Amino acid sequence: MEMLSGGEMIVRALEDEGVEYIFGYPGGAALHIYDALFKAEKVPHILVRHEQAATHAADGYARATGKPGVALVTSGPGATNAITGIATAYMDSIPLVVISGQVQSHLIGEDAFQETDMIGISRPIVKHSFLVQKPEDIPSTIKKAFFIASTGRPGPVVVDIPKDLTAPEHKFPYEYPETVSLRSYQPSDKGHSGQIRKAARMLLGAKRPIIYAGGGVIQGEGCAQLTALARRLNYPVTNTLMGLGAYPGSDRQFVGMLGMHGFYEANMAMHHSDVILAVGARFDDRVTNTVSKFCPGAKIIHIDIDPASIAKIVPVDIPIVGPVATILAELDKQVTLQMESAERALPDADSLEKWWQQIDSWREAHGLWHGRHYGESASIMPQDAIRALYEATHGEAYVTSDVGQHQMFAAQYYKFDYPRRWINSGGLGTMGFGLPAAMGIKIALPDADVACVTGEGSIQMNIQELSTCSQYGCPVKIINLRNDYLGMVKQWQDMQYEGRYSESHYAASLPDFVKLAEAYGHVGMEVKNQSDLLPAMKEAFALKDKLVFMDIHIDPDEHVYPMMVAPNGAMKDMWLSKTERT
Amino acid sequence: MRRILSVLLENESGALSRVVGLFSQRGYNIESLNVAPTDDHSLSRLTVTTTGDDLKIEQITKHLNKIVDVVKVVDLTEGAHVERDTLLVKVRAVDAQRDEVKRTVEIFRGQIIDVGPMTYIVQLTGPSEKLDSFLQALGETEVLEVVRSGVAGMARGEKVLSP
Repeated sequence: MEMLSGGEMIVRALEDEGVEYIFGYPGGAALHIYDALFKAEKVPHILVRHEQAATHAADGYARATGKPGVALVTSGPGATNAITGIATAYMDSIPLVVISGQVQSHLIGEDAFQETDMIGISRPIVKHSFLVQKPEDIPSTIKKAFFIASTGRPGPVVVDIPKDLTAPEHKFPYEYPETVSLRSYQPSDKGHSGQIRKAARMLLGAKRPIIYAGGGVIQGEGCAQLTALARRLNYPVTNTLMGLGAYPGSDRQFVGMLGMHGFYEANMAMHHSDVILAVGARFDDRVTNTVSKFCPGAKIIHIDIDPASIAKIVPVDIPIVGPVATILAELDKQVTLQMESAERALPDADSLEKWWQQIDSWREAHGLWHGRHYGESASIMPQDAIRALYEATHGEAYVTSDVGQHQMFAAQYYKFDYPRRWINSGGLGTMGFGLPAAMGIKIALPDADVACVTGEGSIQMNIQELSTCSQYGCPVKIINLRNDYLGMVKQWQDMQYEGRYSESHYAASLPDFVKLAEAYGHVGMEVKNQSDLLPAMKEAFALKDKLVFMDIHIDPDEHVYPMMVAPNGAMKDMWLSKTERT
Repeated sequence: MRRILSVLLENESGALSRVVGLFSQRGYNIESLNVAPTDDHSLSRLTVTTTGDDLKIEQITKHLNKIVDVVKVVDLTEGAHVERDTLLVKVRAVDAQRDEVKRTVEIFRGQIIDVGPMTYIVQLTGPSEKLDSFLQALGETEVLEVVRSGVAGMARGEKVLSP
């Protein structure tokens, strides 16, 4: 059997696992691993400029490709810097394997240089973690880490490895296990067939149905099955922020995103529905608004891989635990069977027709694409910037975002027709996510158009990654919607704090982003006029091998609407503009 | 409502902190906690008493099951079960109190396991309620120190919690 050191075993195990890229940053406790990586020359390593970016880049890679992302960091500050990225992945159920160096075993607990209790610090934000105890355990631990990260409800797994276990002078027999079995971890592989039959019956009996699909449909690779079922039934579909792309955004049956800044028609349809089919969604507080007022007339079918997500927030009539893809396929089959064997036509055509008329009238009244008119000013409206991005990329781009107004405008105005194209930190809401995530995607998919929609607040949280983009040639396009404010903070201060802009204005402190981009060897563009917007956007995307930083000056006073009324509002209670509400 | 959850846990470093962490992280209450390895040294058996309505207990159970190190979870209070808690209490035992304490201990079928010139240590085992009653029954006696093991429990009859 081949004899390898601990460090070599880590690198070999990653190769054997089929890892394509490692995003990381070296340091004392990880140096044996880095030396093994140098000698192996197999798995490319991307040297980021801050460990937070390593986790976000691995995360972006994972969201776009569906494969687990890998980050490698050192102990102490390397590990703590990675924490925000791990928490981001945890909240959105993204498979990550984060390998952290640790101080030597005999120093653990002695407050050694660059020591931190990584297992303890990461415990509430990981799916699982391992502190490796002896070098012989490395191959099986890495196997388990990938297995746990990528199965069931995916999530980040931390593997913390003390430096002495990776020392080059000690060699051990290496064999990578082909399979793994854990008696305490057995994710369910199918749904309960009795429940699925009941769900089919409830769905077909609905008069005002809606399908509410979340990120779990994308993570669980159930988009084709969802689309097939929705089309068979001709039922309206709404996607959550995390679920955009799970059902095609430009399809007639799509009523838009739901939730706090969801489409009017989506929130209205949810509130007035009689049957909700919730799939891979978790009734987040940004969706439900006041829970006691949530969809008063609706019966709920909830499909999720995680039993703890079911009935966590709202009671559910038919819970179905298991993988969404197989359950949706089975549900489609049951629906078809019951439609064929029913004595009368199901679902009831008249009710459905009436329901669609109602939905269409909501769409006409205040829908984003029909009834709603956003502000007009001499400046560029942020919505127009997103529409221009959509046009320049023909709706085909991978779009990452940071957090704030620009994120909501992008979610609303870019129609995502495919899963895994909309990449944002929905759960944790991490500013600084967009650029490193875009970098991870562009490295994995060099031929794709990758855009990072951001604001001047968010982009400055990981702007150092412009340097990484130079080193590895990541020609992403940065769409900076610049209004000189922290836009979403300003919006809340306008709405709830009588316009007292406490610490949300940058005054004259912003850098010249064009020069900044150029300093890193990229292209910078400043766009101030509406008429320049689309041509500039097209020009930027025509520069295939250049990172382009588009600094787009937008109207600073625009708010994101609709916005659900809080506190004490239901889903139907929304602000539609600065002056109108439902 | 008081519930007793019994958990089979991989006997791994950090496993216990995941369970305890879950309770603090999600705002669940721990009234008592008892944990030790079983006859199979790869497993620990943990008994936790907590309070909550059905919905809350269901969530706790689901979240416990999600912890990778957790092998099995059962809510003992759902069925017939036995529970035992052990109490050690050190009391001031002088003059008339020496006999008084001894009598109370006999009534509760406890044992005096340490006798000092001024103190006794009393050991008592039983359901938590019995232990509470005993402490009340001590009345005027000065209690110097109390330690309890926390509840350990098992389902009655054929039901077995095994991996």
